[in-house]
Amino acid sequence: MKTITINEKWCKKCGICAAFCPKKVFDRDEDGRPVAARPEDCIGCRLCEMRCPDFAVTVEG
Amino acid sequence: MIKDYLLEEKLPLFWCAGCGNGIVLQAILRNIDKRGFTRENTVITTGIGCWGKADDYVTTNSFHGTHGRALPFSTGIKLANPSLNVFTLMGDGDGITIGGNHLIHAARRNVDLVAIMVNNLNYGMTGGQYSGTTPKHAITKTSPYGHVENGFDVCKVVQAAGAPFVARGTVYDVVQLDKLISKAIDHKGFSFVEVISPCPTHFGRSNKLGDAPKMMQWIKDNTISQEKAAGMTRDELQGKFVTGIFEEREQEDYSTAYQKVIDSLRGGENE
Ligand SMILES: Cc1ncc(C[n+]2csc(CCOP(=O)(O)OP(=O)(O)O)c2C)c(N)n1
Ligand code: SF4
Ligand code: SF4
Ligand code: SF4
Ligand SMILES: [Mg+2]
Repeated sequence: MKTITINEKWCKKCGICAAFCPKKVFDRDEDGRPVAARPEDCIGCRLCEMRCPDFAVTVEG
Repeated sequence: MIKDYLLEEKLPLFWCAGCGNGIVLQAILRNIDKRGFTRENTVITTGIGCWGKADDYVTTNSFHGTHGRALPFSTGIKLANPSLNVFTLMGDGDGITIGGNHLIHAARRNVDLVAIMVNNLNYGMTGGQYSGTTPKHAITKTSPYGHVENGFDVCKVVQAAGAPFVARGTVYDVVQLDKLISKAIDHKGFSFVEVISPCPTHFGRSNKLGDAPKMMQWIKDNTISQEKAAGMTRDELQGKFVTGIFEEREQEDYSTAYQKVIDSLRGGENE
């Protein structure tokens, strides 16, 4: 299973990672912060990482 | 590791939430990393603007110039040391508005560098005024009733000026963007990539395009491949972003041509 990490210090809660994940892996909490709620669905395309404007997403594994 | 080229102690980035600049910066650093360029043999030059702050975040050599003049500085750097890998980052205000003259002449001279113009359709840093790429009818701080001018097709300008590699991508299609930057790096000569990117704070807000994901969707919805665009009229293409590689050909670059002159004169001396 992939490990998806969000750097909370760098993330600006823009929502891009969550909106365009092809497998809808992310939820957003009440502050809009992304949470990788369904990592088991992740296909490792790394689009969330590449589209994050703040270098805040890392997909490993 | 891409993080080797990122000055992490400077983060979080100064740019607004959802600004496309960071996506472009990541794509550039990823490609620099892939080639194993060193901090010493790489120079990132910028002008002024939000995108012009990009050099603050890199561990390579960098040169923060004046507004619209990143290319003249880069030309000098390349002339002094042609072995350097030079990346010139410009905004649309920087690159084609105040700096348009430098852009066409650097393209004409065929200076061997990678020029990346982030086109967010306005002057982000100074509060969202229109630039030379703002489309007709768009609302900006200086066109509150709709812009009366047409925006440049910057790729066509650069192509006409003589650049041997010219392409346009978007921050939505990051996979294509990665490839375009990669090809630009591998191409000898003036390699120009225009990147369509959101400024949610000004252009987005003024034109009621919604939050950052909605603006990304807007870019996606208005993007057309050059293959598809080939069958469309000028009117149909108004406000659309045509993506792809528009020019890709071999042509002797400035430093090589200059070196030949130097060599020929040196040869003459020895006779
Ligand atoms: C000679 C000069 N004229 C004007 C300015 C003010 N100025 C700073 S940034 C900017 C426009 C930036 O727009 P763009 O290049 O599109 O970059 P963005 O902020 O959108 O990334 C202007 C007009 C300046 N710094 N120097
Ligand atoms: S794309 Fe990056 S900055 Fe935006 S919400 Fe996701 S992790 Fe945060
Ligand atoms: S790597 Fe792809 S599938 Fe996995 S979370 Fe990121 S965008 Fe979704
Ligand atoms: S003002 Fe626009 S271009 Fe500047 S950082 Fe904010 S979103 Fe980006
Ligand atoms: Mg701009």
